[in-house]
Amino acid sequence: MTTNENMKELYQSVILDHNKNPKNFKKIEGHTHKQEGFNPVCGDHLHIYIKLSDDKATVEDVGFIGEGCAISKASASMMTQAIKGRPVQEVKDLYKDFHKLLTGKLDPENDENSLGKLQIFSGIWKYPARVKCATLSWHTMAAALDGEAGIIKTE
Amino acid sequence: MSLDVEKIRKDFPILHRPVRNKELVYLDNAATTLKPNIVGQIVSDHYLLGASNIHRGVHYYSEKATDEYEGVRDQIKVFIGAKKRNEIIFTTGTTHSVNLLAHILENTKICKGDEILISEMEHHSNIIPWQMLCQRNGAVLKVIPINDDGEIEIEQYKKLLSNKTKLVSVVHVSNSLGSINPIKQMCSLAHEAGALMMVDAAQAVAHIEIDVQNLDVDFLAFSGHKIYGPTGIGVLYGKEALLEELPPFFGGGDMIEKVTFEGSTYAGLPHKFEAGTPPIASVLGLGGALSYVGDLGLKAIEGHEHEVLAYGTQKLLEIEGLRIIGTSKNKTSIISFVLGDVHPHDIGTLVDQDGVAIRVGHHCTQPVMNRFKVPATARASVSIYNRKQDFDVLANSLRKTLEFFR
Ligand SMILES: Cc1ncc(COP(=O)(O)O)c(C=O)c1O
Repeated sequence: MTTNENMKELYQSVILDHNKNPKNFKKIEGHTHKQEGFNPVCGDHLHIYIKLSDDKATVEDVGFIGEGCAISKASASMMTQAIKGRPVQEVKDLYKDFHKLLTGKLDPENDENSLGKLQIFSGIWKYPARVKCATLSWHTMAAALDGEAGIIKTE
Repeated sequence: MSLDVEKIRKDFPILHRPVRNKELVYLDNAATTLKPNIVGQIVSDHYLLGASNIHRGVHYYSEKATDEYEGVRDQIKVFIGAKKRNEIIFTTGTTHSVNLLAHILENTKICKGDEILISEMEHHSNIIPWQMLCQRNGAVLKVIPINDDGEIEIEQYKKLLSNKTKLVSVVHVSNSLGSINPIKQMCSLAHEAGALMMVDAAQAVAHIEIDVQNLDVDFLAFSGHKIYGPTGIGVLYGKEALLEELPPFFGGGDMIEKVTFEGSTYAGLPHKFEAGTPPIASVLGLGGALSYVGDLGLKAIEGHEHEVLAYGTQKLLEIEGLRIIGTSKNKTSIISFVLGDVHPHDIGTLVDQDGVAIRVGHHCTQPVMNRFKVPATARASVSIYNRKQDFDVLANSLRKTLEFFR
């Protein structure tokens, strides 16, 4: 593969778009859960806000603010799209599948999964230094749902 | 005298291995330098043909290892201009040296209410050990600010100094800005105030001449791996009278004289501070590295690196949206930069595709990132084997990066 093809595999155009125009890039008023995430190695830093439905079964709204590289921003943006309106149980399954995808333990073409659009992150496991960029927002979101105290760190 | 860079490059085998099908352009020297053949050879020879412990045997190989090991101490003494070989303590690196120093100064020279001054541009390894000391014994840590160019604010420094100041610990060359700090001046000001002076020379030792007697510093630390030597070896220099007076920190073999269960006496310098079996091969490797550098001559190295740095600075500044962080008048070997709104991590991954190795992130200097209000920077750092053309490759790669994220 040429350099450019390699990079296009890692930075799919969808990722570049989300980096430029992140979705749900805002604090959610009346959030029920929030969490701060930090990658001490590179300084990626974000806050995630979640509003659950009254029966706590569904993610009614979700947003994030913060700064980071293209991959971490796009991942956070796409995560908010993927989980907004979804039942909490499904969100947790999605979190597990995404984690498997990024650690090379799930082959999106052959293994059954719920990832949908998130499959475009499949190229990242070949760049170990960048995996944490993509997982930070997910770890932070999962911790927010679990009501964990303190800042979530990738290390 | 100038450096024969092509000849030097032949001594570094890794430079001749393609990476990602490209020629390696290694600009991450501030993280660690590459190693010349001679260092690999010495380390391997020790393990394969010499592996004996030091100071412990009467047999041929143990005596040989001891002689060689102690020979490196003499070499370091000369290299940094120390007065006595006893003043050279082997550690595992700068971080270890600073921590060791913090422990032996605790409640001997630095007590509750005493003040320690560090600068805003310190590496975490020259912040945290002092913070931890302050937490343990109630000493107070104060910070000397830096200006927008990344230079120490000397007037502010003078104001911070008082008879409460017991130690000033400052980086000689900043690893995230490249600034060379006026150590000699800062040291004499510290001494006037009655404080001791410690210098973190991790980033200086391979790039500028150091003469501890001329600087008159009380302590100085560096790591072998940033001067073409192995990892896991470093030095703490201290003035003899101070080291004599200070207590040991690690206890064990080699650092004692007489041991009984009722009490023990300690060995003299430098062994008092070197408990246990040291990384002998790494010490010998460091000796090889220092000989290599000594043969080239630091004056010639400085001249060469300065030229490459000036060229690199100019090339990078031609790129639209590139901003250099760290513009001190007195700089060496390091260019830290940000590029438009492309995050440094993305820069690092993209230029890596062209075989260019740079460091991206906060460089273990988070307060510097806060000072300049950037989350991270990309950093290119030069060394003896870098050529001007390395910056042509980097600059091209950065232009492609900009294009890619446009
Ligand atoms: C200025 C400075 N101080 C201290 C250190 C720490 O050195 P080491 O990790 O070898 O102990 C470094 C290296 O990263 C450095 O650049």
